[in-house]
Amino acid sequence: MMNWRALPRAGVAAAALLIVVPPFLPGWILFVLTKAMFMFIAVMGVSVLLRGGLLTFGHALYYATGAYAVGFCVKWLGVRELIFLIPLGALAGFIMAALVGVVMARYREVFFAMLNLAFSMMLFGALLKLYWVTGGTDGLAIGTATLAGIRLTGDSFGYYYFSLAMVGIVTLVVYRFMASPAGYFLRAMYDNEIRIEYSGVAVRQVVYRTYLLAGTLGGVAGVLAAFTIGHIVPEDAFWIQSGEFVFVALLGGFGGVPGPMLGALVFEFLQTYASKYFPLAWQMMMGIIMLLIILFQPGGLWAIYQRIEARLTGKDRGGDHH
Amino acid sequence: MNLLTIIFFDAINYAATLFLLSVGLTVVFGVMRILNVSHGGIYALGAYMGTWLALWVLEVDLPPVLTYLMLLLGALIVGFLLGPIIERLLLRRIYGSDMHIQLLLTFSILLILDDGMKLIWGMEPLFISEPYSMLGRFKVGGIIYPWYDFVLVGVAVVFGAALVWMVRATRFGKLVIAVIADREVSQAIGINVNLIFTVAFTVGALAAALGGAFVAPKIAVVPQFALEVVVLAFAVIAIGGMGSIEGAAIGAIVVSFARALAIHLAPEVELMAVYLIMILVLVVRPQGLFGEVELRRI
Repeated sequence: MMNWRALPRAGVAAAALLIVVPPFLPGWILFVLTKAMFMFIAVMGVSVLLRGGLLTFGHALYYATGAYAVGFCVKWLGVRELIFLIPLGALAGFIMAALVGVVMARYREVFFAMLNLAFSMMLFGALLKLYWVTGGTDGLAIGTATLAGIRLTGDSFGYYYFSLAMVGIVTLVVYRFMASPAGYFLRAMYDNEIRIEYSGVAVRQVVYRTYLLAGTLGGVAGVLAAFTIGHIVPEDAFWIQSGEFVFVALLGGFGGVPGPMLGALVFEFLQTYASKYFPLAWQMMMGIIMLLIILFQPGGLWAIYQRIEARLTGKDRGGDHH
Repeated sequence: MNLLTIIFFDAINYAATLFLLSVGLTVVFGVMRILNVSHGGIYALGAYMGTWLALWVLEVDLPPVLTYLMLLLGALIVGFLLGPIIERLLLRRIYGSDMHIQLLLTFSILLILDDGMKLIWGMEPLFISEPYSMLGRFKVGGIIYPWYDFVLVGVAVVFGAALVWMVRATRFGKLVIAVIADREVSQAIGINVNLIFTVAFTVGALAAALGGAFVAPKIAVVPQFALEVVVLAFAVIAIGGMGSIEGAAIGAIVVSFARALAIHLAPEVELMAVYLIMILVLVVRPQGLFGEVELRRI
């Protein structure tokens, strides 16, 4: 079982804020927050992999899989029911991860990162070329979701709280995974993979399971994103999308749950302002921030917060980095 | 018969492009064990700079022959400027770090370069065809081929041979091989490892910029082709064996034949053919066709 007392106070406070405050916020902030929710779920997948030292440049593969699973359901069946589509997106991500993971579990480091990228670019190419199915560059219109028959537009309170509930479930699942043997071995893998193998653990199994989890989360994020934005395009599978996931993981710090959440919130606000004031320099901004974080603050924003907290409370609780 | 000739020429042609595009990546990886994701950015910048200078030559009515010189000059400027700057200022700080940190650092350089090019040259494609059309065409087996493509193959062969000669036959090459074999021991016996790294990275950057500049007249230079270039280059060197110059050549030939066959026989799968071959090769022979099995160190 979970030890609720072990949760960081800031995390509890942040969760309370995310539940209580939105009704008092202007609509555009609510929309940005909703986008941060699916971003968080996708980034959680990237972060879990990163905790084992596995970097992927192709996580948009799963995000787009989830999004297009919704797209096809809307296009052919006219189904927009979240109760049906969330599990379907998760399943689509899971199946894709189960297939690609067979290859991926054999690789580490550079190969893992680049093979993921290659797979996602293959999907991007397919989405672009098979236009009679996928709508090509125009993408697919998604429309408004229903939850148990009730319509929820992408910028409504109802949809926000639904996304938040999904975030809660994902957080629980990730906590459970990290507390399972596979989760422990994953973190140990970061330090020394061969030693784990010598202790009799099939490292490939650990990688495979983690990959399944990450892919499933990507699928769920894709479903939420499709209804938030209301429109899906092949760029959902493009490398820039994958790059953004990695960027957010690094920005917030991928050591725990609060890091990616903080990263996702900061990212969505940054992007909102950047697209208004520097639409052409957004990637450059991401690049510069990423450089600064790598060189000067490897734990991301969450590590900065922890240092401040430690100084305020006068004790060093130690970082929970990977 | 005719179709086969076309496929053959297309493949040889494209192999030259691919080789120029990926040889720098393999050199940097071979010496420094870093996959330089920003390679594609340097390649694209070489293409932009070369094309831009060559267009300037045409604009001020200098003899069009000078465009070749300008392509070369653009590549040299980009390579000699960016190579040392990136290596000295940024990469040097993360040599001891985890692989994912190194990848992310070069990835962030790519993001910066990619947008930087958009800010400087805008979203409109740059296009220069004079260096391409000036050389004229030749006829072989009933097919008309541009001489420029032929010259490009020559450039690729000469460049590759020069690199192999540098590694195999010069004192510098021997030092490089020593550094590859064991960084610490090399340092201990007095080899300036830092200098070797700077030179190796600059050679890699130069190769990328040269490739970009000389391929540019064949294509329209558009924003955001930087990363596709890295993925393709990675596929090439992964197939051939990462860190091997000969491997890059073999990889380029394998990929280009696959692509030429795909284009002429099944156009829909063009993009996928490259990646499918890469995955196939890596599943059967993870170290690539020419790569050496790396011993795992505990």
